Amino acid sequence: MNQVIKLTPKDFETDQEVRWCPGCGDYAILKSMRKTLSEVGRNPDDVVVVSGIGCAARLPYYLETYGFHSIHGRAPSLATGIKLANPELDVWVVGGDGDFLAIGGNHLTHILRRNVDVNLILFNNAVYGLTKGQFSPTSIPGTRSPSTPDGSVDPPVNPATLALGGNGSFVARTADTLQDHLPEVLLRAHAFVGAAFVEVLQNCIVYNDNAFGDLTSKRHRAENTVIVRHGEPMLFGADNDRGLIYEPVRGEFRVTGNASEASLHDETNWALAAALARVNDPDLPTPLGVFYCAPREDFVSAREDLIPYTPLSPGDLKDLLYTDSWRA
Amino acid sequence: MIGNEGPGPRTVVRFAGDSGDGIQVLGGEFAKAVAMEHHDLLTLPDFPAEIRAPAGSTFGVSAFQIQFGGDGVLTPGDEADVLFAFNPAALKTNLDTLKRGGVIVVDTDAFSPRNLKRAGYAVNPLEDGSLSEYRLMSMAITHLTAEAVAPTGVGRKQAGRAKNFWSLGLSLWLFGGDRAPTIQWIESKFSSMPDVVASNVAALNAGHAYGETMELDAGDAALGVNAELHHGVFRTITGTDAMGLGLAAVAALSGLKLTYSSYPITPASALLHFLASLKGRGIVTFQAEDEVAAITAAIGTSYAGGLGVTASAGPGLSLKTEALGLAVAVELPLLVIDVQRAGPSTGMPTKPEQADLNLALYGRHGEAPLPVLAPATPSECFRIMIEAARIATTYMTPVIVLSDAYIANAAEPWELPDTDALPPIAPAFRSDPAGFEPFTRDPETLARPWAKPGTPALAHRIGGLERADGSGNISYDPENHQRMTDLRAEKIARVAEQGLEHEIDSGATSGDLLVIGWGSTYGAIEDAVSGLTRAGFSVGHLHLRQIWPLPANLGAILARFGNVAVAEMNRGQLARLIRSEFLVDARSITQTSGQPFKVGTIEAALRDLLDGLPRPRSQIG
Repeated sequence: MNQVIKLTPKDFETDQEVRWCPGCGDYAILKSMRKTLSEVGRNPDDVVVVSGIGCAARLPYYLETYGFHSIHGRAPSLATGIKLANPELDVWVVGGDGDFLAIGGNHLTHILRRNVDVNLILFNNAVYGLTKGQFSPTSIPGTRSPSTPDGSVDPPVNPATLALGGNGSFVARTADTLQDHLPEVLLRAHAFVGAAFVEVLQNCIVYNDNAFGDLTSKRHRAENTVIVRHGEPMLFGADNDRGLIYEPVRGEFRVTGNASEASLHDETNWALAAALARVNDPDLPTPLGVFYCAPREDFVSAREDLIPYTPLSPGDLKDLLYTDSWRA
Repeated sequence: MIGNEGPGPRTVVRFAGDSGDGIQVLGGEFAKAVAMEHHDLLTLPDFPAEIRAPAGSTFGVSAFQIQFGGDGVLTPGDEADVLFAFNPAALKTNLDTLKRGGVIVVDTDAFSPRNLKRAGYAVNPLEDGSLSEYRLMSMAITHLTAEAVAPTGVGRKQAGRAKNFWSLGLSLWLFGGDRAPTIQWIESKFSSMPDVVASNVAALNAGHAYGETMELDAGDAALGVNAELHHGVFRTITGTDAMGLGLAAVAALSGLKLTYSSYPITPASALLHFLASLKGRGIVTFQAEDEVAAITAAIGTSYAGGLGVTASAGPGLSLKTEALGLAVAVELPLLVIDVQRAGPSTGMPTKPEQADLNLALYGRHGEAPLPVLAPATPSECFRIMIEAARIATTYMTPVIVLSDAYIANAAEPWELPDTDALPPIAPAFRSDPAGFEPFTRDPETLARPWAKPGTPALAHRIGGLERADGSGNISYDPENHQRMTDLRAEKIARVAEQGLEHEIDSGATSGDLLVIGWGSTYGAIEDAVSGLTRAGFSVGHLHLRQIWPLPANLGAILARFGNVAVAEMNRGQLARLIRSEFLVDARSITQTSGQPFKVGTIEAALRDLLDGLPRPRSQIG
């Protein structure tokens, strides 16, 4: 099942017309997923993409693999059942911020703590698209939407922070248009054995255009984001001439103009990862990359180690039935 | 009077005490000993939802009732012949279950002023003559147990805990039963605690010796009549365990990896515990984070080529309904068990009711038909699970099995089936890529192919959006939706063609009155119909095991009777179905008390119906 085969992104195109709005960030994520799947070397027949409901959840129809477009919020539990039945399958779970963080928030935290071996790709556009523009769990306060004409009040959830708090063992963040960085993170997620959580900042051109423009546009990207990689200094700026210094006592960062002073990223350091995930400061660049990666045994393997599944033979059945029996 | 013989002599014993008194262990071990003496029997535990209610309180009383005797014991009995009341609260709450002139065994040590007050007695009922209608057997069980276990050196706490074994010993003396199996059970259960084994066995023997020395007898209740159980291998089984063994049989017969995925809920959790005790043999158990995760994980399992099973009670089934609609839409096999309890909302979690039938039949948005089965007795749960799995995999559909708190907890002797003769379940996984489309159909069953991920060249997408007939691609085409809706309905209708065979269970095969039941009311209706038949009435009993689709020959059976009644523990849900499907004036006999029907209740209701008939029609053929 693990033979390496030569594939191209085109091999993952289906005959279905892609029905996202022109200019939607989902196209970029789809492109990256096709690229990633063509590179990981898994047979497409062993790949399953599971989704819930929402714009993002249409993605399985556009990938030439096995796909299951299920019900709102429940894709993580469906994926858990798939892995329990057949741990060999390469399972991807895709969904939006409403799907993963509102109606399905419970299942997301449980698949993370169990560490089921799947890749969870969150398309975070901070708005409900398919239902026409209501504010979402990741919308910033004050978001004016059809359901909040005077602006929303709810403080948002930070997906990466939630995943870390939920005992996720792999937590990363990237963005739709970063076509160099997104596939890199997806490849890392795929290689990780366990629940790999990737937040993808994604543009909704119709209902929340440019929500992450300051981070993803070519003009601002270098100034406003810092891409962290394990063992490397946390540098940013057009010439990578500035860096972040980690202040571990308070779990905060300050900017240094001396790149050689920058702290090194350590993706096994949970406190550092949590500090990176929750950066929300106009004076600091927004961190992207694999914040945390701490392998531990995945759910299905741990279960198998403890209680191995064995098929029940007719003889076993007879023994089971005839326990505590007597002859009349 | 037609000279049919009535049922043989039977005895009903009820044990009642604090929920911490070990009443269920006492009842269960007593049932086992009685079964070993070749009695037919049926038991009913009746316990509160509270785990350890305050000692001596009326709401903390736990009870266990058993009827045993000759063949054909089908209910736990309407009235007890003998009541064991281990404290005043137990006496207070259970006295109305005892027949007039019945025997009351009490532990006088528990009738302290404090306990009497807790139970709401101003005066000690053992002393004020209020029990004069009964035969009172008073004994200081707590003291006698303490004396019996003193030589084993255990402390007061363990001595107190051994009271139920002392009482079991006394019961085995009164009703005749071997202590050896119980001693074996004690030895294995407490194998790591030799002092507990010693004290429990000492108490058991002392209780037995007390009865012998005092020459106690239970009068007419101590019948010692053996059932004419024919030769075979038997075991005592609860509905829960029979259901678990049925699922194990499904695993063995189909070769499918079963995933039992559920969320803890009374009274369904016991099934999770039973399956977990199989330790991965045939069935993987998964305790999900909620009811929705439980069913969606089960759907994921079936999608990936295993067989997903989930169970709950009414509140959980309510939560699962959206996912059930998904399973109907994507046409995957799935088993969903509802161990019904009294509702609505939390209701009475440990008490039986049959009021989830409408939820099972109709509780989904859109047109989403699925088969609904219901076992009639505890042991029948075994074959119903096999049938449910056969239907689910043959027709690619979710199947709901309706049990209830009574069937799940009641126990009866079960003649074990020949495992070699069980029907095979042969899931047909699609592997041929030639002409494959995920929503083409078998011309006979209308089932779509089961193409599991990992199968070469069959990669495809399914989902809850309406699927084009054949290709399964998303389709908003009006004609396609009409066709798919019709196909889904027709597929389920076809289940009846190869479904469970139904014929009259007992009584007249045609005539004045047909009584229809389903689920756990089986025994009470059987006994009521048998009584009326002996009294010369023309009454037949039909018990539905397949409620949807209704049995193919149901219309023909209905046509053989002048009148139809439906007895069920709800407000007439099956009656309305029968009325709407057959336009017959089905009368409803209902009860929603959280207790099983008494035979007498059904018999009286049927007599009223029969008395109201213009005049008995002559029997046809």
